[in-house]
Amino acid sequence: MSLKSFHIVFMLATLALSLFLTVWAYQEFARTQVTSYLAAAICAAVTSLAVLVYGRFFLKKLKHISYQ
Amino acid sequence: MEIPYTVKERKDTGLYNAKLGIWLFLASEVMLFGALFSAYILLRVGATPGTWPHGLLNVPLGTLNTIVLIVSSVTVVMAWASLKMNQFGKWRMYQAATLVCALIFLVIKSFEYHDKLTHYEVVTKEGDKHHVYDGHLVQEDKDKVVLHPSAHRLYTARAIALGFGPEPAGAHAPADHGAKGHAEKEALVTIQRSTIEHMENYGPKHHPYLAIYFTLTGLHALHVIGGALVMAFFFGPGAKMWKTDPERFTNRIEISGLFWHFVDLVWIFLFPVLYLL
Repeated sequence: MSLKSFHIVFMLATLALSLFLTVWAYQEFARTQVTSYLAAAICAAVTSLAVLVYGRFFLKKLKHISYQ
Repeated sequence: MEIPYTVKERKDTGLYNAKLGIWLFLASEVMLFGALFSAYILLRVGATPGTWPHGLLNVPLGTLNTIVLIVSSVTVVMAWASLKMNQFGKWRMYQAATLVCALIFLVIKSFEYHDKLTHYEVVTKEGDKHHVYDGHLVQEDKDKVVLHPSAHRLYTARAIALGFGPEPAGAHAPADHGAKGHAEKEALVTIQRSTIEHMENYGPKHHPYLAIYFTLTGLHALHVIGGALVMAFFFGPGAKMWKTDPERFTNRIEISGLFWHFVDLVWIFLFPVLYLL
């Protein structure tokens, strides 16, 4: 597995973490009504989208580099 | 003598030797961190109900460190891609950015460690009466100790035995992270040294949670330091190889990048486990 492939695995893990953080922060907001948790949930959701956009950019930029 | 398969792939493995070596090494690292994660699970499952801390660690700082490591994984892969595209100048820029990220991560981590190592549990005894104080050390001299009570605390076996354990579920969340916890911060507490029976900071021996926290994050930080040192070598004297053997140098950068990604991936698991759950 090349660095390119490992980076894709890593970005998938990052996506999973940002989605988890979104759910966690929203649950904390629902429990405590502290608005900073809501802000954190929104930031984490935006990060999830940013990771997807970056993934697309990454695959396009490194399309000539092997996965092996 | 020329070392074989530093650039070309071996027919039997399909990899150049360094790549096979780093994957074998990373497999052993998975076992090392896997064993420590298992230890964490067993300690947590076996803890006295209500005593495992929640909200003890600083989530915003942990999140910032997570972002720093994610950015560093992007710069490290871009550094390698730059060499693949024969852009040495860009590689230098991305490599320097990765090193800066590693430094920022370590500085933030040191602040977190400092916070724990200046957090104290103080047991006093006046007559037959014990009291347990908990907070950050503000001042200390030969006569007195001044603490700033903390909203988040741990319940040690000693404190529980003296009757200072967590309140029953529903009465009061012992370490509730949120506005409630912050509102309960009290004024400074002055304790006379002559009354102190025991005083201990939030170091690894204070509580099983701190033991596993320092072991996991300390081992991870050592990996960050190791990876940063190797990358700093490639950035400095090791970069000369680009002129003599660019393909081999590119492979070296890929290997250091694979290690760095593993270190980052470990943190991606550590962060939710230690900070959020």
